Amino acid sequence: MTDATAAIPASTLAAAKAPRDRTLLLLLPAVAMLVVMFLVPLVVFFVRTFMEFEGSTAEFLDQAQDLLLSQPYLTALATTNWIALIVTVIVLLIGYPIAYYLTTAKGLGVSIVVLSIVLPYFTSIIVRTFSWMVLLGEHGLVNDTLRAAGLIRDPLPLMYNRLGVLIGMSYVLLPYMVLTLFAAMRSIDASLLRAAEGLGASGFYTFRRVYFPLSLHGVISGALIVYILSIGYFITPALMGGQHDIMIAMLIDRELEVAVDWPSAALMSLSLLLVTLVLYAVYYRITDIRRLIGAR
Amino acid sequence: MVEVDLDLKQHERAEPAVAELVPAAPAGRGAVELVGLTKRYGDDTVVDRVVLSIASGEFFSLLGPSGSGKTTTLMMVAGFVRPDTGAILLDGEDIAAVPPQKRGFGMVFQNYAIFPHLSVFENIAFPLRARRWAKDAVAERVRWALDLVRLGRFGDRQPHQLSGGQQQRVALARAIVFHPPVVLMDEPLGALDKNLRFEMQIEIKEIQQRLGMTVIYVTHDQEEAMSMSDRIAILNHGRVHQVGSPGEVYERPVDPFVGRFLGEANLLGGAVTAKGDIARVALPSGQELRAPRASSCDDGRGMLFIRPERVEITPGTNAPPEPSANTLTGSVRRCSFLGNILRYAIAVDGAEPVTVDLQNAVGVAPLPVGAPVVLRWPVADSLILPADPV
Repeated sequence: MTDATAAIPASTLAAAKAPRDRTLLLLLPAVAMLVVMFLVPLVVFFVRTFMEFEGSTAEFLDQAQDLLLSQPYLTALATTNWIALIVTVIVLLIGYPIAYYLTTAKGLGVSIVVLSIVLPYFTSIIVRTFSWMVLLGEHGLVNDTLRAAGLIRDPLPLMYNRLGVLIGMSYVLLPYMVLTLFAAMRSIDASLLRAAEGLGASGFYTFRRVYFPLSLHGVISGALIVYILSIGYFITPALMGGQHDIMIAMLIDRELEVAVDWPSAALMSLSLLLVTLVLYAVYYRITDIRRLIGAR
Repeated sequence: MVEVDLDLKQHERAEPAVAELVPAAPAGRGAVELVGLTKRYGDDTVVDRVVLSIASGEFFSLLGPSGSGKTTTLMMVAGFVRPDTGAILLDGEDIAAVPPQKRGFGMVFQNYAIFPHLSVFENIAFPLRARRWAKDAVAERVRWALDLVRLGRFGDRQPHQLSGGQQQRVALARAIVFHPPVVLMDEPLGALDKNLRFEMQIEIKEIQQRLGMTVIYVTHDQEEAMSMSDRIAILNHGRVHQVGSPGEVYERPVDPFVGRFLGEANLLGGAVTAKGDIARVALPSGQELRAPRASSCDDGRGMLFIRPERVEITPGTNAPPEPSANTLTGSVRRCSFLGNILRYAIAVDGAEPVTVDLQNAVGVAPLPVGAPVVLRWPVADSLILPADPV
């Protein structure tokens, strides 16, 4: 590599570099959109928040400390992370077998599974959440069926509590996990599994020693994606949760809409953004994004 | 359960000094028999009633063009493909119902199938760990295998840090580390360049002989098969055409396909008539050539087979008949320079041009195109084969 580069005259190198620079121009529309619609509002938002404190850093830090150590915030933080963690685990446990099935099976079954996973993905999240409410409500399909079957007398509390939040969020986030895992599993060379078997490994040993380690980067990426999306979740917990299921995004909404306390909302948003960025940095380190989308 | 008690035996004497090379397979183990093995995919019969008997400690090659069914045959022996009919016997026991991981074969795959997430050491240790060997025994045996394939200090490397040849050695070490009586190899050298391939051929052969293991080796490269094998089975369209030592199949092919597949071959078609042991082929030009007849050949249409390197070439037009040799007159149509040999195409009456190979020895000057020549070869070196099926 080094030798080859050394042998090429500098002019050739410059010429080779030029087209690559121009391809970057292709990103311009996307970058412009992100800057105008995301970055600028974000900066303006935080600058204005900071102005609320009339430029006094001490007061800003003071309030930030008060807020971030306040009971409601800490409770919401704990709830948020706990829910995100449980949802991630649930989605992983359900998604892994589905993704595995998709990589191995052929024919109609695959189409049906893919359709039932991907189709809701393209449906509005509110529609999906309301569908769950129809199913899980006190007089929803599940409770009515169970009652009609005589299995229960009083309706089960499936909604407006933690269970409802977990069901709703897991469902909504499942496609992200399945598709991420699918991409990782599809890149596993089937001849390695055959080699393991041929060399005397049982099915379980092959899974534990070969298949799972090779799918691990998909597991980690999928878990991070689901976790990142979970901690910012708003609609599903707001509609399907109970009083004790206040997540940070809901707290932010409440500060804005009810308390009209913009500085607090901004501070909480900032904290959420920071957590998300840190997790994203981890995700970025672990996953080669280009590999995830199939490019080599 | 053949392999279970085998493993126990290996544990009992698992005290080899690292550099010491222990013969692996217990004598007399590892005989494989294929009895009428057949595999169909839809209407396509990819392996057709294959019968082979492979002796313990034999280096046996399945040789054929792509689509000949050689890999499918190997995969049935390995247990990855279920035969439609027929049986596979290992030391006399039918292993049809035994899953691949319990057959106890070593395997080397076409693309090596090295586990990318495991170090060289762990790759080689894989079959031992899968068999729940004790840690010390694993370490000792892996070191033995690493030394055997001359990768002694590469144990800590990751697979992506290795060259193709080194990966090949890892795959080989992994296949033999648990001393399997039988090792199956599926085109193991296919991805290597020519020089390296030759080196590895010698190494694999040496290791096989040292360990006394049975090797079933799939390849489409006839030189590879001939240089390594004790015996070769030549397959085409799922059927075994011939089984024999490299010399036998090269010198005495049973049909034109085998003759052509194992190297350059002249096949001169004509009407066959018998007279004792020696038969005659009458070329369309009327000239008769004599040769021993292959047992597969009846009267009727046939082909005289002669290898290009067995034909002598002399300038001139005068071809006196000889009792123990065939002669033909013709003229030089082409001469190709191939380095160590000069390959002539000689136009003769009533037949395809005859290919003649001459060593590019001291004092050999190429004959000019158009020069009249006499071709001569010993009757005993040629053979009459049945004509190609039409």
